[in-house]
Amino acid sequence: MLDKLGAVKGRIFNIQKFSVHDGPGIRTIVFLKGCALRCRWCCNPESQEFKIQTMVQNGKPKTVGQDVTVDEVMAKIIKDMPYYKRSGGGVTLSGGESLLQPEFASAILQSCKLYGIHTAMESTGFASFDVIEKLLPYLDLYLMDIKHIDSEKHEAFTTKPNKRILENARKIAECAKKLIIRVPVIPTFNDTEEEIEAIARFAVSLPNVNEIHLLPYHPFGSDKYAALGREYTMQHIVTPSEAHMEKLKAVCEKVGLKAQIGG
Amino acid sequence: MQIYNFPRIEKSPRIGHLIDHMFKEMPQIEADRAELMTESFKKTESLPMIERKAKAFRHILENIPVTIRPEELIVGSTTVRPRSCQTFPEFSYEWLEAELDTVATRSADPFYISEENKARLKKIHPYWKGRTTSELATSYMEPETLTAIGANIFTPDNYFYNGVGHVTVNYGKILKIGYTGIIEEAKAAMEKLDIGDGDYVARNSFLKAVIESCEAAITFAKRYSKLAADEASVCTDAKRASELRQISENCAHVPAYGARSFYEACQSFWFIQMLIQTEGSGHSISPGRFDQYMYPYFKADYEAGKITLEQAQEYIDCIWVKLNDVNKVRDLASAEGFAGYSAFQNLIAGGQTPDGRDATNELSFMCIEATMHVLLPQPSFSVRVWNGSPHEFLVRAAELTRTGVGLPAYYNDEVIVPALLNRGLTLEDARDYNIIGCVEPQKSGKTDGWHDAAFFNMCRISELVFNNGIENGKTVSIQTGDVTKMETFEEFFNAYKAQMEYQIKLMVNADNAIDKAHAERAPLPFLSSMIEDCIGRGKSVQEGGAIYNFTGPQGFGIANMADAMYAVKKLVFEEKKFTMAELKAALESNFGGTDGVDAQKLTTEIARQLMATGKTVGEEEIAKIYAQVSAALPQAASGKGAQILEEIEKLDRFGNDIEEVDLLAREVAYTYTKPVEKYTNPRGGQYQAGLYPVSANVPLGAQTGATPDGRLAFTPVADGVSPVAGRDVSGPTAAANSVAKLDHGIASNGTLFNMKFHPSALKGEKGLDNFVSLIRAFFDQKGSHMQFNVVSRETLYDAQKHPENYKNLVVRVAGYSALFTSLSKSLQDDIIRRTEQSTF
Repeated sequence: MLDKLGAVKGRIFNIQKFSVHDGPGIRTIVFLKGCALRCRWCCNPESQEFKIQTMVQNGKPKTVGQDVTVDEVMAKIIKDMPYYKRSGGGVTLSGGESLLQPEFASAILQSCKLYGIHTAMESTGFASFDVIEKLLPYLDLYLMDIKHIDSEKHEAFTTKPNKRILENARKIAECAKKLIIRVPVIPTFNDTEEEIEAIARFAVSLPNVNEIHLLPYHPFGSDKYAALGREYTMQHIVTPSEAHMEKLKAVCEKVGLKAQIGG
Repeated sequence: MQIYNFPRIEKSPRIGHLIDHMFKEMPQIEADRAELMTESFKKTESLPMIERKAKAFRHILENIPVTIRPEELIVGSTTVRPRSCQTFPEFSYEWLEAELDTVATRSADPFYISEENKARLKKIHPYWKGRTTSELATSYMEPETLTAIGANIFTPDNYFYNGVGHVTVNYGKILKIGYTGIIEEAKAAMEKLDIGDGDYVARNSFLKAVIESCEAAITFAKRYSKLAADEASVCTDAKRASELRQISENCAHVPAYGARSFYEACQSFWFIQMLIQTEGSGHSISPGRFDQYMYPYFKADYEAGKITLEQAQEYIDCIWVKLNDVNKVRDLASAEGFAGYSAFQNLIAGGQTPDGRDATNELSFMCIEATMHVLLPQPSFSVRVWNGSPHEFLVRAAELTRTGVGLPAYYNDEVIVPALLNRGLTLEDARDYNIIGCVEPQKSGKTDGWHDAAFFNMCRISELVFNNGIENGKTVSIQTGDVTKMETFEEFFNAYKAQMEYQIKLMVNADNAIDKAHAERAPLPFLSSMIEDCIGRGKSVQEGGAIYNFTGPQGFGIANMADAMYAVKKLVFEEKKFTMAELKAALESNFGGTDGVDAQKLTTEIARQLMATGKTVGEEEIAKIYAQVSAALPQAASGKGAQILEEIEKLDRFGNDIEEVDLLAREVAYTYTKPVEKYTNPRGGQYQAGLYPVSANVPLGAQTGATPDGRLAFTPVADGVSPVAGRDVSGPTAAANSVAKLDHGIASNGTLFNMKFHPSALKGEKGLDNFVSLIRAFFDQKGSHMQFNVVSRETLYDAQKHPENYKNLVVRVAGYSALFTSLSKSLQDDIIRRTEQSTF
């Protein structure tokens, strides 16, 4: 069985080790390439296109994206097995959006389970639920973004309405082993107490969900837009203050969620 | 595994005052000990050496000035000025005589010396001509050994010039029975001797010396008792007067007799600790398992309500400050190798009991607390980690790491205990190990480990292969053949192994010569009184009186040699990118010299690395380095050398979790560790290898030409078993995985692995938890030691200027952590700005 899984191919743009903010413990993050959304603040703009791209950083061209087999990915993942075991860590699929490469994502998750590794996935949930449902048995933790409750505003900033996302969230909540809602807190988009409260109220209405992560906006992906020959439209945005984040955290707690700032 | 939920304890204001006093002036060299030693020796020439040592020890302790520093609760020093030192001309004096006028201004560990003290030392030094251990040691060495030392292939200077030290005595026993108890044991052993025995004379003489030296220790403490009483009687501050009266009472009772309270045990401990360092000049007198042998006294007082946690903490803190009062002047070369005035008094907490249960107790936590309170280099604080170590304890240790003080170092029982069993220790003794000096394990009170026996530079061996053992027209080693005619990698590797074996044998000759000289000229009766089974065997530690005897010389440069071997294997023999002759030419020209790298760049690099070890490098030094570098660089540029360097730099490197390179590194380490363990020493013990450089990788690198890993001439060699700085670019887990692939168990004299983190990587409870997990996971893979530099804002600035040196620096960015140098300039600036804010 493992052999068959190992031959599955997919497209990634990075494997990051010793990652400690996307799921519990010390983790390895596999970044899959390609996403259905185009969030204006996205800190990994090189993740959005499925096609292999060239970035020019400090005058040097760099290829972004490579096609790999699950075996190749697993060879890297298992090197840090002792760290996962000691820290309660594991593997997190990120992106991009893993749901756009469901067979590949599923094969990595299944392989991880055969090695006894904890699995997590950071995802927009923007896909047909049939696709999502097939991954859930191999997933210990679903980290799902809910960016806005107002669909129009959602579409304006991410290019897609939120209907499907919100519907999927409810279904995932019913079937997943564990679901945590994550909110990128973006000034001018969703950083008011009312907007965060709306998301929190939605989250708390989901079965089995009791935790929310508020991820403050940061401009650290901005240089990459230029490197890709694109314009960064969030130049004027500043990182929310610690005090403001604390306020938003309190809003979520009032609604009855366990809240934390950052991953 | 017990839950302690141990509280943090406030620091007493006294501790800050003690530290201020300790560090308010430059350390000095005082002349009293050398003078008293000489006086006594002149009067005892007809006696056996061991008795002369005891009489000299008594003469010193009866007459050397005694001083109580302001506000001290734990007293005892042999220097009037704080953090100062006495000298030991009986081991060597020529270097000091030569450096008397420069020792105050040298870059490495300067000491002030008054004109009066210079004159006093100059007056007594001539007596020691022909009488020192170093001179006798030289006479025992073979000519080829002296040649190899001259060529800096290995350096046995430490014990050549100084006492051996590197020991942990049986503190617990002295705390319990006092020196009167030891005297009784020696007397009982004497009773058992028969004057008709063949070894009666030697044994009797030794036991007499033990008794005399223990009496001297008691006398010294009594002088302190009197001094404290005298000071109390004229003290106008009632509180201080009462403290002084208590001190007087303590010193009247300990270390003569067993301690009756935790406070007395602390005072007794300190006398033991400082007196060992008055008898001999050896460093690394390591307190070892302080949390274990002090515990019964703490427990009794605490449970009886006689002492609060705060009081106990204050006594411990006082000891921590006092450990910085001990100092030692070394010759310039050794000072560079052991930079930072370190006395290497290693003190360790946690681990297992001799019967294999968790040994962590309240004092283990209080040792961490004391280190946080003082934030001083001494004691060299260490922590033992085993599968049963409480998480809470390791998290507290991680909090200490986070302060950036570079302490504690972490040691892995799961490697060290079996490694010691393999060297013949009993299971109970192996479980009861502590660390000596830097990283060297031993069983306290039973071992003469000779742990820092020599620095062996594995990069110099590469040079010997390339020059076929002939340097500057002089034969310095065996001939392993013309390297340009070698046709396979195996042939090349075998030549390296043959050069290693030969030079290791010469190093053994050097160490054994020095060992013999110490037995004859520097037997130490006081030290021997606290090491089993000297009294039973009737001979000193230096003559083989200890139960366990080792010699542990340390090799360094494994990472360079691993990368070098991989480069030769891949590029010369597999891919045939260049020939061996071309590589040889490239090394001789320092990879094309001016073409590959210019003298200025190289000088900057050397200066930077020197500064990284804590040295101040002035204009004068820089000019000197520049002159040396320019002279060595060929004037004519060679494009081929630069090309070769470029090819080498593209290769995979040790430190990135790449199996092929890492397994080669394992083989390279064996070229040192395996031959070493074949040899025996004059004390009837075995050689065991260590893999660590102290700070010698910098000065000894400065004497080493270019190596095939792309290391430029005169630049530092990799430290310990760590990857070459800047070549481990795959994050901390990959670096640790590579290092774990070496065989740490065979390097039973210790291995050293340095890691660098930004404080933000340890932020919050989660950061500490993950940090502890990183250590645990490295140890699961049988790594032996880990220590951490948690770096500052200044370092981040430097990392921007020299990103090539900081490729493995981890920082917390926003919601994630990343390698600092992989971030854009603007982001780096942002992080630096944030660091600035967070320090306010």
